[in-house]
Amino acid sequence: MSYLGHSPDEEAQMLTAMGVGAFEELIAQVPPALRLKGPLDLPPALSETELRRLFVGLARRNYDPETTVSFLGGGIYDHAIPALIDHLVLRSEFYTAYTPYQAEVSQGTLAATYEFQTMVCELTGLDVANAGMYDGASAAAEALRLARAASRRERVLLAAGVHPRVREVVRTYLDGAEGRLEILPESEGRLAPEALRQALAGEPVAAVLIQQPNRYGLLEPLDALSATLGTPGPARPHLVVSADPISLGVLAAPGALGAESAVGDLQSLGVPAQFGGPTAGYFATRRAHLRRLPGRLVAEARDHAGRRGFTLTLQTREQHIRREKATSNICTNSALIGLRATIYLALVGPSGLREVGRQCLARARYALERLLEVPGVTRVYPGPFFREFVVRLPRPAAEVVARVLEQSGILAGIPLARHQDGRERDLLVAVTEKRSREEIDALAAALSRALA
Amino acid sequence: MDGLLPELCATPAGSVDLIFDASLPGHRGYRFPALDLPEASIEGEIPAGLRRERAPHLPEVTEPEAARHYIALSRLNHHVDRSLYPLGSCTMKYNPKVNEDLARIPGLGLLHPEAPETAVQGMLELLWHAGEALRAIVGMDAISLHPSAGAQGEMLGMQLVRGYHRRRGRTKAKVLIPDSAHGTNPASIARAGFTPVQVASRADGRIDLAALEDLIGPDTAAIMITNPSTLGLFEGEIREISERIHAVDGLVYMDGANLNALVGLARPGDMGVDIVHLNLHKTFSTPHGGGGPGAGPVAVRAPLAELLPVPQIERDGERYRIVSDRPHSVGRLHSYYGNAGVMVRAYAYIRSLGPEGLRAVSRAAIVNANYLMRKVEGAFPVAKREACMHEFVSTCVWTRQHEVRNIDVAKRLLDYGFHAPTVSFPLIVPDALMIEPTESETRRSLDGFAAALHAIAAEVRERPEDVRGAPHCTPVGRLDEAEAARRLSLRWTPPGRRGA
Repeated sequence: MSYLGHSPDEEAQMLTAMGVGAFEELIAQVPPALRLKGPLDLPPALSETELRRLFVGLARRNYDPETTVSFLGGGIYDHAIPALIDHLVLRSEFYTAYTPYQAEVSQGTLAATYEFQTMVCELTGLDVANAGMYDGASAAAEALRLARAASRRERVLLAAGVHPRVREVVRTYLDGAEGRLEILPESEGRLAPEALRQALAGEPVAAVLIQQPNRYGLLEPLDALSATLGTPGPARPHLVVSADPISLGVLAAPGALGAESAVGDLQSLGVPAQFGGPTAGYFATRRAHLRRLPGRLVAEARDHAGRRGFTLTLQTREQHIRREKATSNICTNSALIGLRATIYLALVGPSGLREVGRQCLARARYALERLLEVPGVTRVYPGPFFREFVVRLPRPAAEVVARVLEQSGILAGIPLARHQDGRERDLLVAVTEKRSREEIDALAAALSRALA
Repeated sequence: MDGLLPELCATPAGSVDLIFDASLPGHRGYRFPALDLPEASIEGEIPAGLRRERAPHLPEVTEPEAARHYIALSRLNHHVDRSLYPLGSCTMKYNPKVNEDLARIPGLGLLHPEAPETAVQGMLELLWHAGEALRAIVGMDAISLHPSAGAQGEMLGMQLVRGYHRRRGRTKAKVLIPDSAHGTNPASIARAGFTPVQVASRADGRIDLAALEDLIGPDTAAIMITNPSTLGLFEGEIREISERIHAVDGLVYMDGANLNALVGLARPGDMGVDIVHLNLHKTFSTPHGGGGPGAGPVAVRAPLAELLPVPQIERDGERYRIVSDRPHSVGRLHSYYGNAGVMVRAYAYIRSLGPEGLRAVSRAAIVNANYLMRKVEGAFPVAKREACMHEFVSTCVWTRQHEVRNIDVAKRLLDYGFHAPTVSFPLIVPDALMIEPTESETRRSLDGFAAALHAIAAEVRERPEDVRGAPHCTPVGRLDEAEAARRLSLRWTPPGRRGA
């Protein structure tokens, strides 16, 4: 009971002070028929010592992430996480605060969020960014919704290179108001401008969602695809780019390529994998769409003495004011994760972001070359890629991954068959700046051994 | 500053600096490992049209500079570990520190969600047990851990309602909500393509059954209720309400934001509820984080189980499986399995309390709220004068004659070292202050808060200008929100660049 504010004795005193005879008087409003007669069917309370024992025991029944070298990607990446981040987000002032509705006592959260909005604009080359979303997938869904509302069109196109998981979340979100989603065909793993051009014929399109880098790690020809969408103007479909922010030190800003909105997941920026969540999403767009932007927005403000501060703004877009007419129903988002990303970007700076991008290019290139030296391993897609690539194995990938893990303690990659039929021998391999030459060589050797 | 307690202005007055203000060319705060293999040239790897031309303008700071900056920012925040944070329906209870340690155990916190199933059995076991524990607490048949927040849970809930009716060949357009509903409720209803229809409250703030009956019809898909209501009062006729909704083949959705009043005391499953979402960052102590991350698991009765999102985690003897083959599922809501990191913390909390501890939580929350209500009502009358559950709503109507509004009272509380309650919600109470102390507060803390409110009430009468001009002791004074909304500076701009 160490988290409670008072003991049973104190409770008795408080009841007396209230002029209440017994606790039951306070819950007279709960019909006796609805009250539980006995305790909940749960195991008895554990002390901290017992809790640690239990959770360490559960952790032991998983692979050990500290000693198992991982080449897993597909949306969650093993990027370096600066030590300072945890020390800062473990400060009570950041993690035990809530929504900054009372701005005067929330300047820490609000200023950091203003920094976040700034950095997202800088990375994406767009005008405005909100305070964040739950994750990249829901951010993509909301950007498509915005496009529909802004254009008064229904039709939405998704490149095949958008990861199936994201596509499924988008479908779940957009089905709410009768979604109309079309998946565009892929050609050698990418969206060809000609395929987009053909798809644009017919009913006008609200938006096209393209992931960069895409689900295979490939670089989509965003410049040519953007050109295919036509000249800027109200008739042009929204180009919505789902961009991994860690690539934006070396890859062109979506805004510079004609994107109307950019969204993505922030996990690469100083966020541990956590078995897939919580992460956070970002959403940046052009100034014209500001009033349709979901989620929180922080603006610079002044107090009566002229001191600079920050405050939530344009709250009339949000659920607590607009209710059923709100731009979204989002309330709690993922602020602490956004703070992690902000601190990460502050620590690495522009040169660090460029460097980590270059390292991902170099290490993935080296890894691909080494893996192609393993007999029977072939490359699936030609052309430029970032941090990830797909190889084809002589045997089913899931089986090979299991053998490599067992024999060598390495997680070789994600079998594409997890999300796509007919791809049983294909393996998605991610190589971040954390993967040393030695580790990559060990992967190649392990693969050789497993295939022998 | 007459009348202020001596320690009131101990808050560090600070300027609010941005990291960009600390930036110096050439500084950097993090080093990557040296490249131990051949360089890749950007020109060789990336086609010209896709290459970054202009580097993003990010700050250049050393690690100690970053540390000082963010620590300085942190000191400008009020937080639960400083003092009472009585936001209504937010349940700002203590966040146990051991849960942060447990979530950071590498074998839990660093796991990749797409590792082979056999390599993550411990995590699957944890998530399964967490789901089962939450299910037991609410008394429902099945659960999804996917939603990332309560609002996303509500959205899922509405999609479940739609899917349920579709499966039975029905289209029903309307979802009923009380006029005291939280804003996410109608927003979520509209998102799912339904029309929200408001049901009036009685004088005691509870749903008016007669008004409800008038509105119920064959096109009623569901009702979305909060119990206890946002006035902190238990809907005693919840079973009767459920019966009437079920009689027209509608579903009962319960917004579980106020579950802190019910844990171990009563279960939504016994109230005729068909779908309920929980807020783990409220009832189950996971940190609020300045605005998330949270989690909003959704629990359902058996007939809705087939509709739950994919994938689900199932137990098969000693093994745990990830199951995606669910033909009637509404689809995928989370990229992976839900916010597992939040689940670890919530499960640790549940296991640390056990059944007696959970029962004690709701009991202490109810005692604290009633105790505080009786101490406060002399200063600010309570909207409904009866015992409350875990929260209550006071009104500031009387301050208007002194040209002071509820927001001014809230701002003055900041000077006394407390966070303000929720202001101007629920909408059915004029000039509301919605106060939820939670079970974490001691009597002393509650007495201090009540004393502050009484002092402010006196100030309203004697020196209203001090209240109107509040806060005086915070790092910044009251900010001009109207000017901020006109100017709309939503990002910092480097000097020399044309502003956005």
